[in-house]
Amino acid sequence: MHLAYPAVLAVLLFSIGLYGVLGRRNAILVLMSVELMLNAVNLNLVAFDVWLRDTLHAGQALTLFTITIAAAEIGIGLAIVLLVYRNRGSSDVDRLTDLAENGLAGTGPAGAGSTPDAAADEKAEATA
Amino acid sequence: MTLTTLAALVPILPFLGAAAGLLLGRRAPGFVRPLAVLPTAAAFVLAAVVAVRQGSGAPTDAATRLTPTGSVPIDLALHLDGFAVLIAVLVGLVATCVQLYSTAYLRDDPRYPSYAALVSLFTAAMFLVVYSGDLMVLLVGWEIMGICSYFLVGHYWETEVARAASMKAFLVTKLGDVPFIIGVFALATDAGTFRINGILTAATHGQLQHPTIVALLLLAGVAGKSAQFPLHTWLPDAMAGPTPVSALIHAATMVAAGIYLVARLLPVFTASAAALVVLAVMAAVTMIGSGLAALAQDDIKRVLAYSTIGQLGYMAGALAVGDRSAAVFHLLSHGAFKALLFLGAGVVIHAAGTNSLSAMSRMGDLGKRAPDAMWTMGIALAALAALPPFSGFFSKESVLRAAEHASGGHTDGVPSAVGWTVLAAGLITAVLTAGYATRLFLLAFRGSGPRAADHGREPAIMNAVLWVLAVPSVAFGMIALVPSVFDLPKWFDGTELTPTLLTSVLGIGLALVGVLVTYGAWTAGAARRSAAPLGAIGADSGAEPAEAEATAIAAHTAVYGDIASSDDPADPGRLLLGRLHRHAASGFHLDAVYTALFVRPVLAAANLVRFLDREVVETYVRGAGAAPRLLGAAVRRAQTGNVQTYLSALLAGAVVLAVLVAVGA
Repeated sequence: MHLAYPAVLAVLLFSIGLYGVLGRRNAILVLMSVELMLNAVNLNLVAFDVWLRDTLHAGQALTLFTITIAAAEIGIGLAIVLLVYRNRGSSDVDRLTDLAENGLAGTGPAGAGSTPDAAADEKAEATA
Repeated sequence: MTLTTLAALVPILPFLGAAAGLLLGRRAPGFVRPLAVLPTAAAFVLAAVVAVRQGSGAPTDAATRLTPTGSVPIDLALHLDGFAVLIAVLVGLVATCVQLYSTAYLRDDPRYPSYAALVSLFTAAMFLVVYSGDLMVLLVGWEIMGICSYFLVGHYWETEVARAASMKAFLVTKLGDVPFIIGVFALATDAGTFRINGILTAATHGQLQHPTIVALLLLAGVAGKSAQFPLHTWLPDAMAGPTPVSALIHAATMVAAGIYLVARLLPVFTASAAALVVLAVMAAVTMIGSGLAALAQDDIKRVLAYSTIGQLGYMAGALAVGDRSAAVFHLLSHGAFKALLFLGAGVVIHAAGTNSLSAMSRMGDLGKRAPDAMWTMGIALAALAALPPFSGFFSKESVLRAAEHASGGHTDGVPSAVGWTVLAAGLITAVLTAGYATRLFLLAFRGSGPRAADHGREPAIMNAVLWVLAVPSVAFGMIALVPSVFDLPKWFDGTELTPTLLTSVLGIGLALVGVLVTYGAWTAGAARRSAAPLGAIGADSGAEPAEAEATAIAAHTAVYGDIASSDDPADPGRLLLGRLHRHAASGFHLDAVYTALFVRPVLAAANLVRFLDREVVETYVRGAGAAPRLLGAAVRRAQTGNVQTYLSALLAGAVVLAVLVAVGA
């Protein structure tokens, strides 16, 4: 099989994922899009591993790592999204904007980021 | 013990006493009085032993290298000669008397422990100055005295007068000390050593490169410490401190340090005729001005303060004509009788409940109520007025004799004009001194009018101290000059100190003129005195003496309108001075001149600096801050809080980088 097929598939997957991360508002869908991007990378790794006939199969080994880490990541990420949803009644990425510069007038320190909620948001956004 | 050990113990004992007094003052109140009196008394005894053992022999020197400084080394050096040991005895005597007197005078004072410790520390510092053979070590004692003086003058810091006076005393003496320390460094650089002996050797061999500058710089410090014109203004105000402090610091010891220093370094000064001329003019102005001012003061202690300034002027005059023996002779006799006068004034103020001479002159029985003070102060005032046979006569005559000698051009290195200046000023001051001494005595003890409120007997210890000090006031002059008994000249440089006929006749005659004129003015004012009643302040009679005095000083301005004078039409000083009285009472407006010349410009400069700092410098700082702040406000607008926006920006950046890399490759 020619390398172009898996490569094009990976590009498509990555682009879909990118669109999801940048365009979707639901935090869970954003997480799913991140998975798509990761898997696009995995596909590339495996395809190039075969194409280069790597005797150590470094690409496949790295793919296994990525899958493991992605599983852990999605577990934590979903847990955070769950907590955020419980606390705020919403998992809308657009509305989790507590770190924004309040009022934008620019005198004194911004009031955000000091409450426990805001700390949770911070994590959620970092993960998302 | 060797002589050196004994001499080293003299300053150490009061120092340890001061340290112990400060540490134990609160915890063991019973030890405070012994700790104040005993070390000082022991130091006095040791100083006397040192004096006897040193005698009139060759100077004793001992030194240990304190620290290698890399350039001019500093030695912990002792130098004992006739001048040092005799002045140390005087310091010990006065300090012991003052400590004894203070136990009664400040008996109920809550701050007595720290007061006594500071007096001990002060005594130790003065001993250090007297015995030191190294200018740097001397400077240490010199500065300790300055700070002790500041604390002790401000003993009643609750009153505005005392706070202002202590600050003034400190600032004015420091003003002199700054040039002084520069002078010391210049001197040591020229001579290559801080040791006084080395400096004197260099000076006599003409190795000093800038004798005039060095001498003038040193003179500034001496003028500040010894209260010579134009830096004398702190001394009258320093009378806001307790009377024993005035007696110890501002009469007998601290002000003597300046004179003593010049006496020790006299060859440095005689190396420069200009310095001698400056010293002589300074002394002459000080003598005459302080004599006139003393005649106009109403506060008994301010009279004594101005008389101290005048007598120090005599000593400075003697130094200007190159005769340090006469200067130190006068310093010794003056130290004894002036301490007596101040301590007596403390008794009088307590007995009268006021420090105003005008008020005392309207009390009938002050002389009877404080007979010890009257007799001893009479003796001391006679010594001050230089009436024979009291000690002041002999010492003042020795000064006049030296001046007369120099005026004839017989003293090497001293211009005859200097001699004439000192002689003329000394003779004029003799009249004035006799005048104000007589005025003080008549107003204080020969008043007429209703009896003052009786305060009971004065504490016995206070009266006893007065009699102790009366002994040297009477006898020191006579004894010192009898060759078979004491032979003072042999202890000193060997210069003749006996009065000569010409100056004695002149001096006695002028003193008598002063006494008689003042007496006449006093008699002439008697009718007016009874016609013009004047309220006394009347401090609380049951209080300890120090408190009565503090009340009297604090109330003087309120009652009489001025701290220095009162509106007494019968005051002999007012009658004699006429229109000059107003100016003399305020010290010839020197304080006002200083306010106009220095205080106001300094305050204006401070205001200018504040304006420059607040309005000009800070504007630039704020301007520098404004641009980043605006920029920051603009950048902060991008912080929307929406993660997806950030990620889009990140992606855009990554794409741009990738494209750039691709194009570059």
